[in-house]
Amino acid sequence: MSQCSFKVHAYDEHDDRVCSASENCVGCHRCATFCPTGAISIRHNPLEYRNNEYWKAEAIEDIIKQAETGGMLLTGMGNDKPYPIYWDHLVLNASQVTNPSIDPLREPMELRTFLGAKPDMLQVDPQAVELKTLLAPQVPIEVPVLFSALSYGAVSLNVHESLARAASETGTLFNTGEGGLHRKLYKYGPNTIVQVASGRFGVHPEYLDVGRVIEIKIGQGAKPGIGGHLPGEKVSADVAATRMIPKGTDALSPAPHHDIYSIEDLAQLIYALKEATNYTKPVSVKIAAVHNSAAIASGIARAGADIIALDGLRGSTGAAPKVIRDNVGIPIELALASVDTRLRQEGIRNRVSLVAAGGIRSSSDVVKAIALGADAVYIATAALVALGCRVCQQCHTGKCAWGICTTDPILSKRVNPDIGTRRLVNLLRAWSLEIKDMLGGMGINALESLRGNRLHLRGVGLTDTELAVLGVRMAGD
Amino acid sequence: MKNIEQWNNPYNEDKVIAACGLFGIMDTSGRAFSGQDVVKGITNMHDRSNGLGGGFAAYGIYPDCSDHYAFHVMYLTPRAREETEAFFTTSFRLASSQELPTRKTKNIVDPPLMVRYFIPPDGARNMDFVDDDCVTRTVMHINYCIEGAFVFSSGKNMGVFKGVGYPEDIANFFRLDEYCGYMWVAHGRFPTNTPGWWGGAHPFNILDWTVVHNGEISSYGINRRFLEMYGYRCTMQTDTEVVAYAVDLLVRKHHLPIEVAARVMAPPFWEEMQRQSDKERALNMALRQTYGSLLMNGPFTVIVAHQGEMMGLGDRIRLRPLTAATKDDLVFLSSEESAIRLVCPELDRVWTPMGGEPVIARLKEKREQEAMAAVRSTA
Repeated sequence: MSQCSFKVHAYDEHDDRVCSASENCVGCHRCATFCPTGAISIRHNPLEYRNNEYWKAEAIEDIIKQAETGGMLLTGMGNDKPYPIYWDHLVLNASQVTNPSIDPLREPMELRTFLGAKPDMLQVDPQAVELKTLLAPQVPIEVPVLFSALSYGAVSLNVHESLARAASETGTLFNTGEGGLHRKLYKYGPNTIVQVASGRFGVHPEYLDVGRVIEIKIGQGAKPGIGGHLPGEKVSADVAATRMIPKGTDALSPAPHHDIYSIEDLAQLIYALKEATNYTKPVSVKIAAVHNSAAIASGIARAGADIIALDGLRGSTGAAPKVIRDNVGIPIELALASVDTRLRQEGIRNRVSLVAAGGIRSSSDVVKAIALGADAVYIATAALVALGCRVCQQCHTGKCAWGICTTDPILSKRVNPDIGTRRLVNLLRAWSLEIKDMLGGMGINALESLRGNRLHLRGVGLTDTELAVLGVRMAGD
Repeated sequence: MKNIEQWNNPYNEDKVIAACGLFGIMDTSGRAFSGQDVVKGITNMHDRSNGLGGGFAAYGIYPDCSDHYAFHVMYLTPRAREETEAFFTTSFRLASSQELPTRKTKNIVDPPLMVRYFIPPDGARNMDFVDDDCVTRTVMHINYCIEGAFVFSSGKNMGVFKGVGYPEDIANFFRLDEYCGYMWVAHGRFPTNTPGWWGGAHPFNILDWTVVHNGEISSYGINRRFLEMYGYRCTMQTDTEVVAYAVDLLVRKHHLPIEVAARVMAPPFWEEMQRQSDKERALNMALRQTYGSLLMNGPFTVIVAHQGEMMGLGDRIRLRPLTAATKDDLVFLSSEESAIRLVCPELDRVWTPMGGEPVIARLKEKREQEAMAAVRSTA
């Protein structure tokens, strides 16, 4: 009964029975998972409107809510609309006869990836056979999967700690999001991407120094073109101290960075951050995937960024206007393919690492993203699912029954950082094993031989234009 | 522009796949010897090819005009010859041209016309010199713009001879027993399609670089896309082509020593690097970080040769065979030891190189030059 933070279950003393207000149920499965007798099952409520292929329940209910409140509709998680999922229209290759597949149980299989700008060429002293070129900072990751930006305040400290520790154990990176980094987690700095967003919450010299990578957040896949919103109720004393704002105040980050109205302004911020950290850390720029991402990415590479993070249509959020989440941006698969292609056409792909984000669900999505051209991917929803999330889309309410997307001190105890760390480490381990199996099947034993290698992908059920944008051939062709 | 892809890859596959036998001999003293031994060696590996491609590269065969670029061109139509020769005449003053001497043999069917041209170093019409870039441009123009013409050899004091057939028949056809060179490389091909096109046989050549290759590179897609960033057009759609361009980019344009280029194509594992000295690790890590897209993954063995130097290299987990051997001044590289033993039964040393370990044979003269250069640079 107490498990439900949405007040579905109540005990009726008079009748001595538990009653349910099923209209409050969000489908988070917390009660069903924890019911000691297995008595609870959750089914879709069959109450239906008169059948209408155009006026569906969602449209009607949204209008009713807006007529009542006069406000924007808020929601959580990523876009749940039936747009095409290109991952599911891409299939992978395997070796047969002419080329032996490689058995990852018996042969070395390398997933290590280095994030950071690479030079166009190296200079080597031919006599001493010694490197003469100085490379920009390179950050190694042992799995091509990073934990995406989840800000402290949106998620609880226990979640942040689980992510930080799992990143550290696995040899990858976690991203602070725009809410700063709690001092307790500074020791995980070598595995931390510290984000600098338009609100500059929690940004100070020590914060920049402690991180391994600095990321400038321009946009987010769930809400391209608008800023963040952390309601005051979630701004506890600790969150307030970390964000450097008064307790209980709304943390509203502006839609644009007010010092970036143009690409040359971005270059200034990139170099300001590099100067501030003495050129010891790569600077990433994260943008939402939008119509002209390719041109924007080219500009970002030329502005001096070391990493470009692209966040697609399915990218998730703690809170966003529903209309934005569901309608703005483009699928990551298409954006990634066109950005990689453009950077190659311009001969500058080496200058940046490309990180794809927004809706990566499985190791096969990771492999497909890398074959399309990504150096690595970000995951957020998948990581939260590993921690218990059942994608009920109530993140914006702050009532997360799994204690993930909340700062409520009682609810957030539901994530135990020891268990959370283990589950995240397990997830990345499992995906690594699967990635190695897929690579071996293709006859590849180093991840860099898959990166941008679209010949290992084929499309099924796609139009010629879709295939052309993805740079992938039709299956059987 | 003509569609060279269609000749070489009629089914428009991702890439043209072939398995093969390789053989190479070099006399590091520079002594020239006839093509008989190399033919004997590659013939012993007859079963590694299927009659759909054989070829040879011979170095030091034109000592009388060693500073001339020697073009070997195949023509499918008389018109292609007219057009190509007209193009030559407008751009160059040719020292000589003649049909390549061939022998009618039973097993070689319907060969194209083969013509050889020598361009002297001062033979350009609009410039007072002919250089590598100018030759490369000319080759690309003929190969991609003149229908029915294909330049398959364009280096100095060397020549490529190749076609559709078993290597021994190709050798007989081109009368290789009549040439003498100090370095020979041979290839027998087993393609999995049947293009029947002479230009598709190995060695692949540009300037005096030749590549023969056995394998299927599973990283082809990204190797190719990386090279395209540097302006290479991979129109032949073969693994061999990307190896050749990778070597050209790394050695000729980025000035990396060939043994360092080998580390790009078959780099040490990250774990191995942990055990290396700081200096070596710094170089190897930077090479892999920068040129990771040129890592050749999947099974391969290549012999890359240019004037005075021959390198054998296998993939880093040794999925295709390579045997190396030495006898006095001779260095052998072969897919099989038996082929070497047939040519030279008593050897000083025979070994199987580790995966990714290059075997490099150099003319002694070249070694001395390099040593001198090293002394000069340290002085």
